[in-house]
Amino acid sequence: MSFERPRRLRSAYSGLTAHGESWVWLTGGALAMAIAMITGLLLFIVVRGASTFWPMPLERVELVDGRQVLGEITGREEVGQRVEEVQGDPAAAAGPQRASAVGIRMARRLVRTANFEITGNHYEWFDEPKIARTSLPEWATAVERLEGGRFHGFPLRLVHATENSTEVVAQGPEKTWQAYEQLHPAFRRRFREAMHIDKHQRGVLQRQLRAARMAVVQADLDRGRKSPAYAAAVEAEATIAGRMQKQSAILDGQTARLREQNAGWGVEFETASGEKRTLPLDAIVRGWQPNRLSTIGKLGVYFSRWVEFLWDDPREANSAGGVFPAIWGTVAMTLIMAMFVAPFGVLAALYLREYASAGFLTTAVRIAINNLAGVPSIVYGAFGLGFFCYVLGAGIDEIFFQPSLVADNQPTFGTGGLLWASLTLALLTLPVVIVATEEALSAVPNSMREGSYACGAGKWQTIRRIVLPRALPGIMTGLILAMARGAGEVAPLMLVGVKKLAVDLPIDGTFPFVHPEREFMHLAYLIYDVGFQSPNSQAAQPMVFTITFLLVMIIALLNVTAIWARSRLKRRYVSQQF
Amino acid sequence: MNNPADRLVAVAAGKEVPSEVHQQVLDERPVLEIDRFSLWYGTKQALHSITMPISHNKVTALVGPSGCGKSTLLRSVNRLNDLVPSVRSTGDMRLNGDSIYDPSMDVIDLRKRMGMVFQKPNPFPMSIYENVVYSLRIDGENSRGVLDEVCELSLRGAALWDEVKDRLADSAVGLSGGQQQRLCIARAIAAEPEVLLLDEPCSALDPMATGKVEDLIQELRGRYSVLIVTHNMQQASRTSDYTAFMYLGRLIEYGPTTEIFTKPILRETEAYVTGRFG
Repeated sequence: MSFERPRRLRSAYSGLTAHGESWVWLTGGALAMAIAMITGLLLFIVVRGASTFWPMPLERVELVDGRQVLGEITGREEVGQRVEEVQGDPAAAAGPQRASAVGIRMARRLVRTANFEITGNHYEWFDEPKIARTSLPEWATAVERLEGGRFHGFPLRLVHATENSTEVVAQGPEKTWQAYEQLHPAFRRRFREAMHIDKHQRGVLQRQLRAARMAVVQADLDRGRKSPAYAAAVEAEATIAGRMQKQSAILDGQTARLREQNAGWGVEFETASGEKRTLPLDAIVRGWQPNRLSTIGKLGVYFSRWVEFLWDDPREANSAGGVFPAIWGTVAMTLIMAMFVAPFGVLAALYLREYASAGFLTTAVRIAINNLAGVPSIVYGAFGLGFFCYVLGAGIDEIFFQPSLVADNQPTFGTGGLLWASLTLALLTLPVVIVATEEALSAVPNSMREGSYACGAGKWQTIRRIVLPRALPGIMTGLILAMARGAGEVAPLMLVGVKKLAVDLPIDGTFPFVHPEREFMHLAYLIYDVGFQSPNSQAAQPMVFTITFLLVMIIALLNVTAIWARSRLKRRYVSQQF
Repeated sequence: MNNPADRLVAVAAGKEVPSEVHQQVLDERPVLEIDRFSLWYGTKQALHSITMPISHNKVTALVGPSGCGKSTLLRSVNRLNDLVPSVRSTGDMRLNGDSIYDPSMDVIDLRKRMGMVFQKPNPFPMSIYENVVYSLRIDGENSRGVLDEVCELSLRGAALWDEVKDRLADSAVGLSGGQQQRLCIARAIAAEPEVLLLDEPCSALDPMATGKVEDLIQELRGRYSVLIVTHNMQQASRTSDYTAFMYLGRLIEYGPTTEIFTKPILRETEAYVTGRFG
């Protein structure tokens, strides 16, 4: 007789939990979601950011009421509109009208009409039922101007106006455009030259003059007005002022000559609605006729706009032109921040991990540092302003820059600037670096340290020759994270030195060449500024995406560089076998 | 005491037992004298008044079951246990007559007079060359000629020269496990140590690499005073001149390897070396 044990039936769900199939799907799904969101975000930014500068076709939109506009159709959306429909016989309107609201779907188009000075708008919505016809006129021209935004129109003629006569240089769209393309570069060059003289060479003169004036104030403060030093300073100032005046006159002559050569030249355009405007030739940044351009021609416009974007100063409240000072500021600030945060963070972590004895105090410090990473960044901004600017900076001003304070009531270090912003962000990212470094240090096997001690090495020799090189890849990871976080921070920067517009770079040709006290521009802040503070928000919107794209690219570039360095170190120091 | 485990039972009960030390050991010239050395981790006593001389230019093996204090004893010789918090000790050791646990002894100087090789190969994250000359570098020796000479001599001494002479500038972490361990031996002998401490040097290696390291230990015999901890009885019998059997922090029997393995005084020792216990 055999005894058969009853087979135990498993619950229908036990297979699922035991084999974990559901978790494969759940975890995989979560990962897929995360990847989809990140790629979606990047794709959106890249597509919007990279397409901003592509020359779009200029369409002539003819409306039912006979009005004509010329512009780029930048958007289309469906809107529900309530249309009041009167029912019944209109003649029998004596009684109360029976009106019913009927909702219908309707599309409307957003057209960049430009010509702000004529229409008062940069963009306009047109309901599709009201558009009679659209066409692509051959000679439609888009013009980017120094001021006043875009201009759309048809070139009529190129004129040279003098005091008493107007000479027509070219007539008709084709000839006018040929003449424009021939003449324009020289005019722009002269214009830029004059601008450069005004902005930079005159600035140098003014700074020299100010330095002389400060020397006078300094002599007054140090020795008093009756001292020979004061007299000498006054004399020196007079000499310099005299020399400045002469040089200034020379510069005046130069700019006057340049501007005179440009004066009076202009291109006359006719808008779609038939109005005529003459645009000064040297105020035209760039003009193109998208409907005539081949793909290569469009690429030319596209890249020329990118070059301007990357290398020029901003125009028109930052909504046009370039962002070069902001790129400079972002990179400089991030690098200076890394220069401060790396040594401090690494040294602090070294003490915590290698020297401090384990105990309540060490644990408390460690917890405090971890919590510091969670403090809102604006708190650091407030601290930076209150301590770095108003205490440290004001102290430096008292000691080294007193004349400026006394004479102009103008702080030098006692206000926001590149140095203070970098220090504030260094403080902000310090916990990240400390935590990452500590982890990297604790990942160094103890056998390495013991091996070194057994060879007769001291503590510092062991740290310096064995522990640090081995932990370097991990330390670099912390630094990368810190840099990425720092480069994208906005809130604290607004308090400690980032400005809407600051075209004077913190490095230039005047002594002492590096000016860490200067205010600067930052891409992340520029996004906020262009996006929300711009008077012309629709025109600025594409710029927002382009700047975002650029910021992402710069951070990616910084990271890729650091990751490349890290992988090189890893190959050298970390064993593949154990 | 007829039961082989009698003495071991007494040890397990916490009783102090005498060590059986053969006369041949006492006749040798000692390089290192361990003198009534006891050690505690916190309140737990790990070594019980161990007294044993280590012979000059001979290989001495420490055997015993896990946790018997072999490695602790070895790490006490170059005072690596100082790094462990809550360790205290009594008794002394003398290296060629100099007291190791004398408060005036500079522990860094002391460690420079010894070399140590660990269970797991621990090449430093630097080139093969720099690994070998590490102990000279930390002494501030930067003369290329001296370093080159020491590097070649040490690598030849560790039977590694022919395998790595063409890639001395390569990272040491790229070597195989056995090569890494021989590199560590080269590093240890580069400083001309008075005693070479080997802490289970083959336990992380495959049989081929183990064979090479054992051959190397054979070659070191007669030139260096070697103190080796091992779990492997064959290894102890093959490589060592003297063998010490330890149990629960006590030295049980210590004598010439051939005698320990063939006709030990204590039956407990015989039971252990023949694998009947432990």
